[in-house]
Amino acid sequence: MATLEKSFDAGLHSEQLSGRTQQTFFSAAEEENFVYPYNAFKVERDKKAEFDAQDLDSNTINLKIRKLMSEGHGHIVVKNPRAKHSIGVGILNRLTLDFKGSLGYFGCGLIDGPNIHISGRVGWSFAENMMAGTIVVEKNAGSTFGAAIRGGDLVCKGDVGSRTGIDMKGGTIIVGGRTGTLTGFMMQRGRMIILGDAGPNLGDSMYDGTIFVGGKIDSLGVDAVPGEMTDLEAKWIEGKLALYGLEAPKGAAKLQKIVAGKKLWNYDNLEPTEKKIVL
Amino acid sequence: MCGIAGIIHRGNPGNIGGEITSMLRSLKHRGPDSTGLAVYGIPGENQYVMRFKVAEQEDVSKGFNIHQQIKDRREKVNSRLKELGVEILSENEATEYAFRYTIRYDGDLHHMADYIEDIEGTEIMSLGQALELIKDLGDADVVSTQYDLGNFEGSHAIGHTRMATESDVDIRSAHPYWAYPFNDVAVVHNGQLTNYWNWRRHLVHRGHRFMSNCDSELIAVYLADKMNQNIDLEEAMHDSLDELDGVFTYVVATSDKLGMAKDFMAAKPMVLHESDDFVALASEEVAIRSIFPHEIDTFDPYEGEVRVWQL
Repeated sequence: MATLEKSFDAGLHSEQLSGRTQQTFFSAAEEENFVYPYNAFKVERDKKAEFDAQDLDSNTINLKIRKLMSEGHGHIVVKNPRAKHSIGVGILNRLTLDFKGSLGYFGCGLIDGPNIHISGRVGWSFAENMMAGTIVVEKNAGSTFGAAIRGGDLVCKGDVGSRTGIDMKGGTIIVGGRTGTLTGFMMQRGRMIILGDAGPNLGDSMYDGTIFVGGKIDSLGVDAVPGEMTDLEAKWIEGKLALYGLEAPKGAAKLQKIVAGKKLWNYDNLEPTEKKIVL
Repeated sequence: MCGIAGIIHRGNPGNIGGEITSMLRSLKHRGPDSTGLAVYGIPGENQYVMRFKVAEQEDVSKGFNIHQQIKDRREKVNSRLKELGVEILSENEATEYAFRYTIRYDGDLHHMADYIEDIEGTEIMSLGQALELIKDLGDADVVSTQYDLGNFEGSHAIGHTRMATESDVDIRSAHPYWAYPFNDVAVVHNGQLTNYWNWRRHLVHRGHRFMSNCDSELIAVYLADKMNQNIDLEEAMHDSLDELDGVFTYVVATSDKLGMAKDFMAAKPMVLHESDDFVALASEEVAIRSIFPHEIDTFDPYEGEVRVWQL
């Protein structure tokens, strides 16, 4: 049966937030705002269930996954998702979840913990706000792949669309193919490894984080600048890619590294009255 | 938001009416205000299909003496066609206010279209050898049933489900738009054009007419203007990416081609499935899946991309 845990118990506030806006509006003292049912269901890793989603709507599919978890299933296989939207969202549990087919928009968003595998393609805004866990997509992905993710490994072995990793706040995004325009737009933390080409305006307005690119970069965005690859990073990339059966075509050390020039950081130095004028 | 879709059979014709209806049904959540389809049938020898309406759907429930006006307008259409020497081969009433005529005419189609549209409340939806353009208020099932499109045989089709953002909820603002006066050219669009009025003024000065205040109509007229200058469709579409501002993805069809273009911001979606004998594209993959029972591969075209497929 589910037990609710406070966010402090789950370690959500171990990280020191910087920036006046975050300190003012997201006070860690407001603990009542952070009720967090992590690991709500006690599941057994080897207890497996599968169902056919062909004639089910998104809501029913999600409820079915939840019900199976509540029954202790730690491995769920969903057949024929048929690119339906918003499937596999809000799973805050350890779980192995296999989708045999493709997902539509907003798939697997807001997850924390599961290991997900998709044999097909995924649509726009996949894995938005992912907190932890791993996701592997075997084919292509649409735009805003991994928007605002905070943790975990998000892997697409094919091509992805525009604005990949927009507003990314942590974790790792790996793309086996190419990405579209504005990849890493307003990225704040985390790492992105693109083994193919990157579209125009890569890393536009990125605050922090690192982007590694194996192919051609169409153009860099505002305040995105080349960085120097370290041996430690190359080793980390090799290890990370190996986890998912991938490798950099010319070796990890040959990847181009892109970081924030940090010329746009003046924004948060403004006084509140100045900020009002800017906004 | 709007949903757009297109299909092309590169080999034998198929049930494109049923297929595009199924795709648009899956996109209903992207726009419930109106539905439109441009279907390309098997052209009859030396004849044209003209789809036209003489009133808006809402006029029928609100307009004063509207039923008599509809009859009068239709009679006027028939009389003007006769005056021009147009041979009417068949007449069908899709609704009380929308009609499908097959005609034979070897005169100036542009002049004919202008003369017919000069009748109050009358708009030609399409005029072509293969193209039939149908649009009305309601979802895909309503419109498809109303206009009996469920078993329409043809080579290719495009369709649109509209969420009205820039203009009214009426048939006039519904897609597809016919690239008047080019027969057999139609466009559906998802997005917003931000230099609409500049381009509209420019095109009006060049002699084009606009039937609505919908920015999507501009794309059809823009392409018509380019083609009028003997610019190839694909080249005209590339030009549109440089000359039209805003965020947009659009699909265009001609008598033997299907094309798509996506602006440089790539903020409006498009998913594609391509095989040797079939191409399907839509705002969402779920629409493509609705006509394929088996597993297929799909992908997103990128920013600034133009693709054109030939029959």
